[in-house]
Amino acid sequence: MIQLFKMAYRDLGRNRRRSFLSALALGIGLAILMMMDSVIVGEMSSAIDAAIKLQSGDMQVRAATYNEDKTSLAWEDLVANPTAVADQIGAIPQVKVATPRLFASGIVTAGDQSVGVKVVGIDPASTANAPFQEGMVSGQFLTADDREGVLIGKTLSDKLGLQSGDTINLLVNTSNGDVASQSFIIRGVFNTKIPGYDETTLFMPLLKAQAISGAQDHASVIFINLKDRSQAQAVANAIKSGGYQVKTWQQLNQLILDTETLANTYIVVLYLIVLAITATVIVNTLVMAVFERTREIGILSAVGMRSGRIMTMFFIESILLSILGIGIGIVLGTLLVAYTVNIGIYIGNFGFTGILFGERLMGGFSLQNSINLAIMALVVTLIASIYPAVLAARMEPVVALHGGKQA
Amino acid sequence: MEVTKVENVSRIYKVGKVETQALRDVSLGIENGEFTALVGPSGSGKTTLLQLIGCLDQPTSGKVMVNGKDVSRLKRNQRADIRRGTIGFIFQFFALIPTLTAYENIELPLLLNRENATARRARVNELLEAVELTDRAHHKPDQLSGGQQQRVAVARALATRPSLILADEPTANLDTANGKQIMELMTRLNQETGVTFVFATHDPRVIKYARRVITLRDGVVVENGALPTVNPGD
Repeated sequence: MIQLFKMAYRDLGRNRRRSFLSALALGIGLAILMMMDSVIVGEMSSAIDAAIKLQSGDMQVRAATYNEDKTSLAWEDLVANPTAVADQIGAIPQVKVATPRLFASGIVTAGDQSVGVKVVGIDPASTANAPFQEGMVSGQFLTADDREGVLIGKTLSDKLGLQSGDTINLLVNTSNGDVASQSFIIRGVFNTKIPGYDETTLFMPLLKAQAISGAQDHASVIFINLKDRSQAQAVANAIKSGGYQVKTWQQLNQLILDTETLANTYIVVLYLIVLAITATVIVNTLVMAVFERTREIGILSAVGMRSGRIMTMFFIESILLSILGIGIGIVLGTLLVAYTVNIGIYIGNFGFTGILFGERLMGGFSLQNSINLAIMALVVTLIASIYPAVLAARMEPVVALHGGKQA
Repeated sequence: MEVTKVENVSRIYKVGKVETQALRDVSLGIENGEFTALVGPSGSGKTTLLQLIGCLDQPTSGKVMVNGKDVSRLKRNQRADIRRGTIGFIFQFFALIPTLTAYENIELPLLLNRENATARRARVNELLEAVELTDRAHHKPDQLSGGQQQRVAVARALATRPSLILADEPTANLDTANGKQIMELMTRLNQETGVTFVFATHDPRVIKYARRVITLRDGVVVENGALPTVNPGD
């Protein structure tokens, strides 16, 4: 077996450039797949994190009839006495923070431009607002008794050419189906680095939101953050009473989770396609090697080498090429992954309903996925090299000795 | 005892719809220890007969025996096993593995025969000495002259102590001096070890080394006998 390794290794060295280019093709394929995997792992993970942090929380408690797609403000669809309900939920040991939030549809008008927004009434004192407070780029955060102030996202501020201190006019849907209108002062601008979110979200104090929308002492949801996200179902079971809907982060972000499952399925197909293409290069190299070395195969056969050993020799060449290619792929892939993890790929304001993407696609690193990819590359290459190996092993010695021609 | 015997052997090659009969109903036997030449013009069937005796090919009809065993219908790997233990080959085109050194080329059949490292080393060194290439042991074929390469091929053919060595035009690619050296080497090894040599040639300078000459023409044995005694050194 050692002799077979030695022969296979030296055979690869006969045409170093061709062997290196074949391995490089596999390496580039693997590196691209590692980067794609990194982006999917990172982006799906950050999409979930962003959605939980900015939109859904770890859990929400809603009125039984609340329909988030309609952003209903009818009292029967809202949580009554939300502060008291939030306090009760906040007393549960696993709960880190519970705060009422009111959602309404609105239109911001500045000068001759108008943009649709989601008006979110928040309790400014709640620690659940930390992502927005930390993301303030100008002005100041809201106070509970502010009756004229709002916060807008950086993307919206850039789009409308607004800054802190400017005045906007806001139209808001109300509980009785009317529209209320009022001028507000932009107290501050926040930047969550999710352009899609920053363009369509406007914050105001909960009391003001309740007042302008006519919701009075009601909220759309009780937004809950847990000390440990994995406890969501247990906490949901604990507070399921009183005719409320209790939704965990998985239920609230089903679209993202489904998208992740779909992406993982598609990516495996894509992996196989890319690896099959690169494996073809290696197969081509081995087939050329078989035809170039037909006479040598005949000699090996003449001195008594069995078909299985001839096949093994070509498999070893394939393995050595794969190992070189995988080595190159890991080095290149690690560089690409490091780039996506640390710098990311700029995509600007991109996203679609229900999924939040940052302005950069940021990668994540999964050692398990990288190992799986390397193994997959090796297996695909080995499967692909069955053909040249069998081709060599099935050569009749007398034909091979004459360079592939009948004597 | 006959080391090989062919009985009513025919071999027909088919290329597309064209059939070529390389051997027609050939029968002959080779005794242990013979130094026999297969002679005849190009296309007479010498190489085909060697390939059949050497289990590299199978007859269309008839029977080929090696050491008393019918090898005519053996499977590919069974034929490889017979070749590995029983038959050594020397080819016209030297037929060394270019990536292996002279030492490794000679060692290859021993490795395939699963001989242990000590036995292999002793045997390879013994053979390198026999073919006077000890100082070239670690040279690859492209660093050796044609004559040296063919001597390595002779040593490799002898490595597993086969009972039969088949040489197909062993001097055809060598100059006169190297050709003579190879034939003298084969003669000496035949005399010293008793191994049977059968070689195909149409070179009169080579034929004179043979103690028996079998002449083929158009796939038929036309003469099967011994040469008058000649001095190989002439």
